[in-house]
Amino acid sequence: MSNPHLPLAAEVVERIQESPTIFTVRLRFSDPEQHAAYRFAPGQFNMLYLYGVGEVPISIVSDPADVHLFDHTIRSVGRVTHGLARLEAGDRLGIRGPYGRGWPLDQAEGRDVMIVTGGLGCAPVVSVINYIMRRRDRFRRLVIMQGVKHSDDLIWRNQYAHWSEQPETQVLVAADEGSALWPWHVGHVTELFDRVQMDFGQAVVMMCGPEGMMKVAVKELLARGIGEDRLFLSMERSMKCAMGLCGHCQYGGAFVCKDGPVFSYEQVKPLLGIRGF
Amino acid sequence: MESDFLPRAGLQTLLDILRTAGYRCIGPQLQDGAIVYGDLARVDQLPLGASDRQAPGSYRIEQGRGPRYFAWANGPQTLKPWLFVPRESLWRVDASRDHGLQFTSTENAPSQPLAVIGVRACDLAALQLQDRHFLEGPFRDPHYAARRSDLFLVAVDCSHPADTCFCASTGDGPRADAGYDLALAELDEGFLVRAGSERGAGIAKSLKCAPASTAQEKIADDEWQACSRQQKRHLPSRDLREALFANLAHPRWDTIAERCLSCGNCTSVCPTCFCHTELDDPSLDGSRSEHVRQWDSCFTAGHSYIHGITLREDTGKRYRQWLTHKLGSWHEQYGRSGCVGCGRCIAWCPVGIDLTEEASILCEGETA
Repeated sequence: MSNPHLPLAAEVVERIQESPTIFTVRLRFSDPEQHAAYRFAPGQFNMLYLYGVGEVPISIVSDPADVHLFDHTIRSVGRVTHGLARLEAGDRLGIRGPYGRGWPLDQAEGRDVMIVTGGLGCAPVVSVINYIMRRRDRFRRLVIMQGVKHSDDLIWRNQYAHWSEQPETQVLVAADEGSALWPWHVGHVTELFDRVQMDFGQAVVMMCGPEGMMKVAVKELLARGIGEDRLFLSMERSMKCAMGLCGHCQYGGAFVCKDGPVFSYEQVKPLLGIRGF
Repeated sequence: MESDFLPRAGLQTLLDILRTAGYRCIGPQLQDGAIVYGDLARVDQLPLGASDRQAPGSYRIEQGRGPRYFAWANGPQTLKPWLFVPRESLWRVDASRDHGLQFTSTENAPSQPLAVIGVRACDLAALQLQDRHFLEGPFRDPHYAARRSDLFLVAVDCSHPADTCFCASTGDGPRADAGYDLALAELDEGFLVRAGSERGAGIAKSLKCAPASTAQEKIADDEWQACSRQQKRHLPSRDLREALFANLAHPRWDTIAERCLSCGNCTSVCPTCFCHTELDDPSLDGSRSEHVRQWDSCFTAGHSYIHGITLREDTGKRYRQWLTHKLGSWHEQYGRSGCVGCGRCIAWCPVGIDLTEEASILCEGETA
């Protein structure tokens, strides 16, 4: 019987340091056939296995059409990610995936799309931004809202500047603490909703980041007429197996790994913001 | 239901038939003051005449002179560790300079099929829930499946409930009504035998029993029905999902937290708790690593740890997670409560927290 727990061998083709604690690894499965068969959707994640250390769930940031490599952007924060941070081109690791339900891109087609991110959690939505940018004619207005604690935490700064110059695209960035030459807002990103120019009556919103931030953003958006069924949140919980077996990622009755990580607001509404779930 | 009658001496014959058919037989035995499963070759290994006295935070065996093997309710051990084992390797990885990483699945299939003698109705119900969890989701667990596939179950109806039992209230006992190959109802002079599967019927046939008498059937029925009536504990309702989630800020959670040691005994003895962690066990020379899964508990800090944050940092939140899951969100996941009324979490809690009492207080106003 096949063993769904078993990772496949993969190798690091390139490593990019994005900030002092954030890095990107560009990967390829060691077996060309396995690589050719691999498919994923934006918002899905892989389990990355570091030899002798363990596994950790990380969202896929690259575009599903990039069949050459797939990318993970990782913040070095725990036991496994500290180890992953030391990987270099040519190093091997294990990959299982992709897992979970990704972003509702089909539902978003033909509509205005808003992306809201807080903290350093922008990686899962950057994949969506890039996805839309490459298929710009399928979507209407794109509003990108990104909040960070400190202006130095904003990675891909040039990309945000580039996106802000694109037609039918609005970029609103905020840092709780700014610094010299910070071109954007100082304060919470959730203070910027009044500046948003889009059709709240039909837009689809996708957000990820700290739950406190998402809760405030949800409140602001509902007040402006976004329907509960057009609001999507990517949730994070502890995950050991990613297959709905280990029980760590339970959020009420949902297993974040297989029922999420992307949920509609209706699904997470009862427990959102309640500490301990 | 029509049953056969197996004289007391016939139980050894049943064991012999199963062993000859290639099964490794396990059955309840007295070990270190508790009844647990162990390898069973002879019926005199069974706890003849033993009874158990259970209460919140207490479990005692009393040795009597009665003629029965199964005149007790349950011990700390469930079927769970025999299928979802406490620690097992899932795969291993070999590292070499030439070949990179080589991942190999661990074969955990037993060399011999297992037959379990003396399974209680609550544990059969729990097994169905574990089956749903490990076998019926989008990812079927091959390690659990390998142990489950040839399992032969000989159930025993309960006639002697413990004070901690409440299976009648959850609808899971005291009589075994599904999920077994053979079921026994113990009488003083022997056993009524009924088959629950084709395999069971085949084994029953080779026992060459006579049909049970109407009088014997009546005694057996009276016994399990009395066993049901004798149960003092109950849950306020079979579905407490709404009531529990409507009371997430109830002050009782804090009261429980003052007593609860967050030790995880309840999750270890619970026949349905499925949480586990995964960890690596590398060899000292660095050439190989075993990827292991091991039982975990929502009462540990690590269970809710995520990038530097522990979501359930205090005991109240952990108990609330456990109870709202067990009696509440299980309904969303598996269509019923995760509690089968075995009462083990009550007896084996070192401070004697009683789940039925806590659920009743938290969901006051709910009626069965």
